[in-house]
Formats: sequence, C-alpha cells, structure tokens
Amino acid sequence: MAKSKKSVNLVQAPLRRLAPIFILPTFFAFVIGFVWPFIQGIYLSFCNFNTPKDAKWVGLSNYMKVFQDAGFLNAFKNTAAFAVVSIILINVLAFIIAYALTQKIRGANLFRTVFFMPNLIGGVVLGYIWSMIFDGILKNYGTYLTANGTYGFWGLVILVAWQQIGYMMIIYIAGLQALSEDMLEAARIDGANGRQTLFQVIIPNVMPSITTCTFLTLTNSFKMFDQNMALTNGLPSVIQDGAKINVTELLALNIYSTYNINKNYHGVAQAKAVIFFILVAVMAIAQQALTRRKEVEQ
Amino acid sequence: MKKLIAMLLALAMVFSFAACGGTAADEPETTAATEADATVGTTEAVAATEEAAAAGRVYYLNFKPEFDEALQGLAATYQEQTGVEVKVVTAASGTYSDTLTAEMAKSEAPTIFNIGNMSGLKDWDEYALDLTGTDLANELTTDDFNLYNENGELKALGYCFESFGIIVNTALLEQAGHTLDEITNFESLKAVADDIHARSAELGFDAFSAAGLDASSSWRFSGHLANMPLFYEFRDDGVTEQPATITGAYLDNFRAIWDLYITDTAADAKTLSTSTADESKAQFTEGKAVFYQNGTWEYAGLLEAGMSADDLAMIPIYCGVEGEENAALCSGTENCWAVNATASEEDQKASLDFLYWMVTDAEASAVMVEQLGAVPFKAAPESSNAFIVDGNEMLADGKYTVSWAFNHTPNVDSWRATVVTALAAYSADPTDANWEQVVTAFVDGWAIEYNTVNG
Repeated sequence: MAKSKKSVNLVQAPLRRLAPIFILPTFFAFVIGFVWPFIQGIYLSFCNFNTPKDAKWVGLSNYMKVFQDAGFLNAFKNTAAFAVVSIILINVLAFIIAYALTQKIRGANLFRTVFFMPNLIGGVVLGYIWSMIFDGILKNYGTYLTANGTYGFWGLVILVAWQQIGYMMIIYIAGLQALSEDMLEAARIDGANGRQTLFQVIIPNVMPSITTCTFLTLTNSFKMFDQNMALTNGLPSVIQDGAKINVTELLALNIYSTYNINKNYHGVAQAKAVIFFILVAVMAIAQQALTRRKEVEQ
Repeated sequence: MKKLIAMLLALAMVFSFAACGGTAADEPETTAATEADATVGTTEAVAATEEAAAAGRVYYLNFKPEFDEALQGLAATYQEQTGVEVKVVTAASGTYSDTLTAEMAKSEAPTIFNIGNMSGLKDWDEYALDLTGTDLANELTTDDFNLYNENGELKALGYCFESFGIIVNTALLEQAGHTLDEITNFESLKAVADDIHARSAELGFDAFSAAGLDASSSWRFSGHLANMPLFYEFRDDGVTEQPATITGAYLDNFRAIWDLYITDTAADAKTLSTSTADESKAQFTEGKAVFYQNGTWEYAGLLEAGMSADDLAMIPIYCGVEGEENAALCSGTENCWAVNATASEEDQKASLDFLYWMVTDAEASAVMVEQLGAVPFKAAPESSNAFIVDGNEMLADGKYTVSWAFNHTPNVDSWRATVVTALAAYSADPTDANWEQVVTAFVDGWAIEYNTVNG
C-alpha cells in the first residue's frame, strides 16, 4: 500500500506543480467569460442602464415590473407546458428507438446515424426550414403556422423532438448496451416475460441514462431560444384582457424581446434573466435529486 | 495546493471588483479611468488609445448595410487626404440598437452613430452632442428630417431621406389601356385596379403584387401603409409628439386600401402571412403586376432586375381621404447622424470635420447622392433616381408631403407585430369581426405599448 502510494506520488508530484499551467488559462477564461458577467448581470438587474457604464441603482423596481408583465407570465406557462410535453415525448420516443436499435435488426447502425443527423443542424436553420415545411403543409388547408398559438406550440414540439430524439437515443443506446447479458439471462430463466423484463430489469438499470436525458431535455426546453425565434418569433401577437401577449413566446425569447423595448427595459430584462437562472437551476437540481433516487446500484 | 486555491480566489475577487467598479461608475467621464484599472497589464492598448485621441479619431457606426461599401471608400479617401483615422463599422441588418449598446460600452466608443426616431433620441439623448449652429448643420437645405430633444437642441441630423408610395410599371399600365394621369385619388386608383384585375386572365398580369405579411415584407403595411391613417389623424388633431392614445379615425380608409391590395391581386389572401418580400418584388419585376408598394430605395434593385427606367414611376398612396389629390409621396427618414457627446473633444471635432467633408466635397457628396438618394445638403448634386425626381416634381407642384407619422409609434416592432397578426387573420377571412381585431391591435395596441414604454 505504502509502496503504491509512493509510486503515485512520483508521477503526480511534478504534475501537481504544473497544475496551474493547465488550470489557469481555463480558469481565467471562466472568470472573464462566465463569473464576471454573471456577477455583473446580477448587479445590473437592480439598475436602470442603457450601457453597463451608465448603470444607476434602482433597487427592486425591475423585479416588480417583471411580475406585472402578462407577457412574461404567459411565456412562463408556455415554457412549462412545452417542457413537460417535450420531455415526455423526446424521452419516450428516444428510448423506444434506442430499444429497437439495440435488438438485432439489419441496418441498425445506419438507422442510428440517420436518427442522429438532425442534431448536427443549427437551431436557427432548423427553425426556418420547419416553418417552411409547416407553412407548406398548412397552405393546403388555407391556413398558416402563426394563425394561432396551437400550431406554433405543436410545431415547436415537433421540431425539437425531431432534433433531439437522435441525441437522447445515443445516450440510451449506450445505457442499454451496458446492461449485462447475465442479468437479462437470469431474468429470462426466472420466467420474466418481455414486459416484466423491460419495466423491472431494464428500465431500473438504465436509470442513469434516464437521469442524464431528462436533465438535458429539461434544461434544453427551458433554455429554448433559436428554434422559438426562427420558427414563430413568438407570433401570433395578440391583445388579451388589455395586455399584449406573444402567444408562442418562450421565456428566453421573452427576455430577449424585453431588452429591446427601450433603455428602461434593459434592467427588467436582466431581472427576468436572473429569475430565469434561479428557476432553471432549481428545476434541474430537483430533477437530478428525484431521478437519482431511482437509480439502482449495479 | 491550498496556497494556489487562495491565490486563485483572491484573483477572482480582484477581477469581480474591477468589474463592479466598471459598472458602478455613474458618470461616463470617469469610465476611462476605471477601464484603465481593469485592463492593467494591457498598458499598450491604453497608450494606443491616448495617442489616437490626441490626433482625434473618427469611429462611424453605420446603420445602413447597403451604404457600407461606399462609406468604407469615403473613409479611406478622407484618411488618405487628411491623415485622420476613420473607422467604419456597419451593424448587421436589424441589429443596430444591440450593436450600438455594446459598442457604446467600450472605451473606444463610436463617435458618429445613428438615431432613427424620437424614441431612439430618448434613449440616446445623453450621448448625443448638440449640433445647433455647427458648420455641418448650416449645410442643410431643410430642417424637416432633424431630431430635436425636449430642450430644442438639435441632437440628430437627417442626412438623407426616403419616400415611399406605389411603384407603377407604366408600360403595363398603358398595355392595359390606362395612363398615370387617370390616377389622382382612391376612386380612380380603384377603378383602374379593378379593371386590370377583372381582365387579368386576358392581360397576363394583375393589378397589385402580393401584399405579403411575412416578416421580410410586413413592414410595408404595418409600417408604411399604416402611416396613412396615422398621418391624417395626427394632421387633424395637430399631433406633433408621441400621443398616449390614438382614435383610429381613418382606419376605414386603411381598410379600403388594404381590401384593394388583397382583392385586385393574383396572390391568395389566405396565405399572405407566408408570402415574402422577394415574391412580391419578383411579381413586379417579371411583369405580373402593375402596382408594387415600396420606396425610393427599391429603384436600383428594380433596374438591376432588368426593368427599364422609362417604365417606372411612383405615385402617392391613396386611401380615400378628402383632398388627397394634392398629396405627394410619404417622405421621412430613419437616418440621422448623432455625434457622441461622451467622446473627447478632439474626437468630436474630427467627427464633425469628417461629416462636413462628406457633404461638401464634390466627389463625396456625389457618392452620397448615388448611394442614399435624396440628400438634403446644399452641395448635393441632382439625383438620378426616377422616384426621387417624381417626388420632387410633386413638391414643386405645391403638393403636401405625407410625413412619416409612424415615427411616433411606441415600441414599434411589438406594435407592428400585433397589427400584422390581426391583418393576416383578416386577410384570410375578411369579416367585420376580424377587422375589429385589426382596429383593436391598432388603437388599443398603441395605448398598451405607450404605457409599456413610458410606464
């Protein structure tokens, strides 16, 4: 034991000394690109500013405005609904496809590649392409994508599902392939039918993959921006109960458009962004805790 | 290891304090000092800034992407002639306010920037130098396009203006047996358009090109066409500042002209929301439509697309308002120069000198006219743009300019989006109930956006 520890030290000691060389550049990049703007962003959410140079402290008034904004609440509802629908849809479909493609079928590798490909296309491009596809289809029925909120919402769900299923599928495939043959064989010998094998053996054992995938889909749907902007840009834009609402707008897009109202809204957008961050962080941590508990020791 | 972590944390703290210092500075004047603190270690950059400042530098943040190339050329010529450093940066289309905000926060901020309208002036008033009485301002031929703040200071100077109306393919019009002279008001426009539409199968073309409501095209209607009811309402009510509410008194006229656009056309009104600007322009340039609502800026593009200058004319938009026989084109601008008041005096002077050179130097002003069309400066030569010539003729005949009333629109993009949504729904199903939605978007939407912006 002592000997092995010493040999580790022999290798690690010079590495330790060199550690700053490896850590510092990334650390500074992280501070400059993340920590600093983050702190500045929180500070600015309490300010009225046009450029960050001329920020004036205004206390909580930006936050008050956020909660009086019907558009923000609408965007919040949209985002929550969108997250629920897309998490379920993407994960269920991705799991089914992964399950199918880990069975011995001809051309499984080809299918995997094809299903993964949409993920390689950028969100804005996808948004514009899909808006053309949807409009092309809806044209035959004398209507169009931004005619009402329902089309826009489901359009976005379809787009995002199409884009992300392939990625989640890869994660599930990795999880499924890691299952030991012995365990499945044992289940078979014990007389478990296909359904029992799936729900009581396979799913509990790919729980780590499910944790990862739900985490990714959850944060992805909350942070959804490009696709939302390119597909509908929040339209249709209507007046409801004396307030202006962009029916298909999600949170990130709402923050973006708030910033552009005028300089008095820069701080409000910043406050929304802080709330948005807290929201996403809390959701993600809660979700992690929840699904982690279901994971089983292998 | 612990030492290292402690060191890193200490560094992180220093950095975040520097960040706070930079942002907490209330007065723009003090920021140069704090920024210098924040960039310890890059002393070279700081020194370079000071050196340039001594000579006076020009940083022109350009608003018009189509002007970029010519402007870069002018800047290079000026730099060659005078040795003054002129940097021109053009913001990507539709991102000007984002770019301006970001650039203004830098230590080498733009010295010349664009202010589009009164609400833009409200945002940037503190950053704009009072241009009253400068040599540059004295070169102007008209005060119509300038922006003044509440204290009556000239803060932004309209350096070119544009006009819009209905572009006519006169060759097709004559082929259909009509002439431009026939069209003097809404009734005569409708009569001609209806006739052409009725015989479209026989003629092989229709009256109006598609009134597309796709984002690339919708501004022609939610912005430009909507200017008609706004202009006449403001004229009647003597409105000169952004009003908190509007009445929509002329929305029936707006409906009349919109109905004409979506009826006397080959385009399917049900799917206008996806119809793009390119489609509409193509219908016009390919000779499939006689009328095409757009502005003077389209002239070069139409010639490039193979149209003949002799076949192009621009007439005012008519919508059935009394006395509109005497209306000229809708003229205005979103192009106003402002000089950065927070820049050093040398930079301000260098910038004003550069702009003065642009509008007085013979070659430079020729480039301005060629690129920008109507340029309201004494030294500017005559434009070759047929639409501008048409517009000038109308003014010479004593007709009244329809000014850009839409410059008063609060939270303009958002207001327009609501109007477009309602217009698209109305076009797909033109009922009175759906028109009510357009009226709501127009009138209630205005009040809501006004409260948003000023609340």
